[in-house]
Amino acid sequence: MNQIAAILIDGIIYSSWLFVIAVGLTLIYGVMKILNVAHGSLYALGAYAATAFGGYWIAQGHPPLGSYGMLVVAAVAVGLTAGPLIERGLLRLVYGKEEVVLVLVTYAVFLILEDLTKLAFGVDPLSIPQPYGLLGSIEVGDLIYPTYSLVVVLLSVVVGIGLAMTLNRTRHGKILQAVIHDREMAAATGINVSRVYLVTFTIGTALAALGGALTAPTISVQPGIAAEVIVLAFAVVVIGGLGSLGGAALGAVIVGMVRAWAVHKWPEVELFSVYAVMAAVLVMRPKGLFAVPEARKI
Amino acid sequence: MAHGDAPRWLAGLLLAAAIASATARTQEPVRIGFVTFLSGPAAGPLGVPARYAAEAIVESLNAGKGPAPHNARGFGGAPVELVVIDEAGGTTKQMSEFRSLVERQNVDYVVGYISSGDCLAIAPVAEEMKKITVLFDCGTPRIFEQAGYKYVFRTRPHATMDAVAAALYLLETRPGVKSYAGINQNYAGIDQNYAGIDQNYAGIDQNYVGGQDSWNDFTMAMGVLKPEARITTSQMPEFGAGQYGAEISALMQSGADVIHSSLWGGDLEAFIMQAGPRGLFKKSPLLLVAGEPYLHRLGSAVPDGTIVGARGTNGVFAPDGPLNAWLREIYRAKAGHDPTYPAYSAANAILGLKAAYEKAKVAKLQRSIPMGANRGVKEETERAYAEGPSDVELIAAFEGLIFDSPSGRMSMSLGKGHQAVSGTAYGTTRLVDGKVTVTDIKHYPLEKVQPPEGVASADWIKGGMKPAK
Amino acid sequence: MPRDRTTRILLGALLVLLGAGPFLPKWAMFMLNVSLSWGTVVLGMMLLMRTGLVSFGQGLYYCLGAYAAGVSYAKLGIGDIAVMLLASTAVTVAVSAVLGLLLAKYRDIFFAMLSLAFSMILFGLLVKTSELGSTDGFGLSVASVAGVPLAEGWDRYAVFASAVVVAFGAALGMQRYLDSHTGRLAGAIRDNELRVEYMGASVRRVIHLNYVISAVLAGLGGGLVGITIGHVDPEMAFWTTSGEFVFIAILSGTGNVLAPFLGATIFETVRSFAYEYSPNTWQLVLGITMLLVIVFLPGGLWSVFTRRRTP
Repeated sequence: MNQIAAILIDGIIYSSWLFVIAVGLTLIYGVMKILNVAHGSLYALGAYAATAFGGYWIAQGHPPLGSYGMLVVAAVAVGLTAGPLIERGLLRLVYGKEEVVLVLVTYAVFLILEDLTKLAFGVDPLSIPQPYGLLGSIEVGDLIYPTYSLVVVLLSVVVGIGLAMTLNRTRHGKILQAVIHDREMAAATGINVSRVYLVTFTIGTALAALGGALTAPTISVQPGIAAEVIVLAFAVVVIGGLGSLGGAALGAVIVGMVRAWAVHKWPEVELFSVYAVMAAVLVMRPKGLFAVPEARKI
Repeated sequence: MAHGDAPRWLAGLLLAAAIASATARTQEPVRIGFVTFLSGPAAGPLGVPARYAAEAIVESLNAGKGPAPHNARGFGGAPVELVVIDEAGGTTKQMSEFRSLVERQNVDYVVGYISSGDCLAIAPVAEEMKKITVLFDCGTPRIFEQAGYKYVFRTRPHATMDAVAAALYLLETRPGVKSYAGINQNYAGIDQNYAGIDQNYAGIDQNYVGGQDSWNDFTMAMGVLKPEARITTSQMPEFGAGQYGAEISALMQSGADVIHSSLWGGDLEAFIMQAGPRGLFKKSPLLLVAGEPYLHRLGSAVPDGTIVGARGTNGVFAPDGPLNAWLREIYRAKAGHDPTYPAYSAANAILGLKAAYEKAKVAKLQRSIPMGANRGVKEETERAYAEGPSDVELIAAFEGLIFDSPSGRMSMSLGKGHQAVSGTAYGTTRLVDGKVTVTDIKHYPLEKVQPPEGVASADWIKGGMKPAK
Repeated sequence: MPRDRTTRILLGALLVLLGAGPFLPKWAMFMLNVSLSWGTVVLGMMLLMRTGLVSFGQGLYYCLGAYAAGVSYAKLGIGDIAVMLLASTAVTVAVSAVLGLLLAKYRDIFFAMLSLAFSMILFGLLVKTSELGSTDGFGLSVASVAGVPLAEGWDRYAVFASAVVVAFGAALGMQRYLDSHTGRLAGAIRDNELRVEYMGASVRRVIHLNYVISAVLAGLGGGLVGITIGHVDPEMAFWTTSGEFVFIAILSGTGNVLAPFLGATIFETVRSFAYEYSPNTWQLVLGITMLLVIVFLPGGLWSVFTRRRTP
């Protein structure tokens, strides 16, 4: 019984972490039809920025609780700088090329950011452990979980609901949906598609960075975390259906639960359980679970 | 002027000139290729300290500032040049880089390799290319147990010593241990299914060779020393996984008395940071076989009561002595903190190579100076003095060599004279006056923790670990 | 470039390399060897790209080919280059024939993602298999080629010669294929699948065939690399390896069968030197180069040779 509870809780914690990371990716794809390989690098940038900002805050002697705010600030900062820089400076030049070429462009950005991050922050692992332990821990049966994990779960739910409401209830959201469904028609009705792209990419970047910032207190931030995360994010997004918010949530839950179950019950397959699930879903539903239907042009 | 005076006077002048020019002639530098992790997760805790130590020692030797008997310049008078390259990129890449070091950069010797995988792959290549290679840090026992090499040496004892000593220390300090767990990085190693031991372990080891080997040796040793101890779970997360929430829950549920781990680098730091606040280590203290480099990095985050090893008598376990003091001084000047075990490994390798080089050179000189000296022989001697020993001569000197190092006395006694042995030590961390200190230190002599010549580690452990003679 | 000129260049280069081989400095021969092997892999990718598909999982077959050669040595005691390469071919044909049935249904991103997933599954499987050395992989060496035992000191040249023969044989074969009826369908499929179907050709069958061909080429390249370096490891199936193949494919362009070899040689040379002098910025260089090529030379480097001179 206890093991089932452990699997469920671990699964939820891992899923919410995955969701925050993957939702930006699926949003960008949905609107701009770009599968952003550099998403992992932006996650890493968020983690590094959080370590820098948070570390500075604590070193200056400010109340440690404020470091949480610093994490969010770091994410927003990365979003507002890296996002427009990449979108306006680079992606702008290659719109209109085939989808796969755009993927390669983002792959190139990933390579570049990998080294830029090393140059900016060095190769040593950095850490900022304080926010993780600050809030204490909760006991569930004979297991102890840090309250921080609960906060992450709540935050991911907030992000999910917030995004859903923005997309469905606000005017900007509906404009976004229009662009997702048919870019040409949206442009024809007077929507400034180019600005929508910029805003979307910025938000997607900020979300990736938020994922990184939230993770920073629990790991040692070092070069290489980007590559680890990219494949996971891809798996979640592809399983759920590219461009679908609900799909990202469902994909995150599936991957999270499968992994938690594997760790507890069958540790040997933990390594490739994620890819196996991805392959299985793709075989059954080639476009993912909640794919956005697309008209086929002859 | 008498007929014989001019020639004698001239001869004296020529001789003086010859000797002066011999000593002034720049000795051919000894080029050493040094391979260690400069990027990637292994760089910070392992690769970079090794590099600092190597560079510090070489600089100090070239300046003639080493303590006796190392106060001559460089290697027996010849300056040393270090060519440092990055060990990152995977084994296949390293094999190409090795060829490049030897063929393009023309190094005389190669010192390197932290990763066991790289060591295992490079050794046959070094042998094929006939380049003397000193493996300085990798731990796998398999190098000289599975094959014999003429050109490959290893100046550090292999990891069986770490695992066996860990088991011995654990049982000496916590005799009541009834169960244990493991978390080790999931990477290559010996077959995990060996007969005779219950597979109920708890371990969290990164899933790769070093991780699997480490876990296997430890469990085998425990199986012999305390067969009734149960393994509760063995976690082998992916290398670089970073998120250990589920693994930590599994370890907590398993309720083991101690957790063995060979995790290293950012993974270890992440694991400790994630598990600490959850109270895992209050229930099950941690046993870090190679944990010494992280003590200064993690500082007070290291859980109290962690059993820690330094893969030999390195760091805090190193014996007092002029060589240790020298290393600590020059390393601190370069890196800003005390040297950890990778630094000692690098230092030992270079000093061992130096000892062999100089021994071979002295032997060569002695052979070329016959009794009584006359003019032709002086030139002969100078020529012999200027060159370094040949590879064959160096190998002959290195085999079976006993030399002093900052870690104490090293003896190349296994692997037909190519594999070093020494004793080791373990300790427990405690917070003393707010500082993390290693207390309760116990030393283990080499006969108790390493197999004798010709016996494979696995067989020796299973056979009861009879002390070597 | 007219077909016969390409063929002449191919045959000429083949003879030059075979003849010059024994006189090249060892490191140059080694680098050329690896470049030719990689070029073979990229040749397969070129075929797929001409069919409109980009695979992010060629590492799967590259790794399978390498391990097939390795296992022949380690478990079956075979030391013959030709037999090892035959093993690589057999294994890759078998796996790709089956997987191809599934993958032929996918296009664009999903083809790329699914191929990536399969290569990562192989990676996970290999890491878990301690008999095959897990993350370390294992070593192999060769003693003969097609039954002829190798004399002392000639083994490196024999491997090099095998790579040259395989690479150029593949290039010539590919050229003939691309000129054939089925080969020309590749471009048609890329342009408009539906119309190809209307004209009576089977898109699925052509894609499946092209997929298998590219897999075999990747496997041969992998086998050659394994034999050249003397080592195989699971990293060959990791997605970043496939990414490097994609990069070279883009760099070279799909204009001509010589392009992949040119691209692979340039890549290998730049990478070796960049890595030596600056291990922390070579990815930066790679990324920038890729962007420049995509933006300014969408046809790859080869388009430099085919640009028509305006009168």
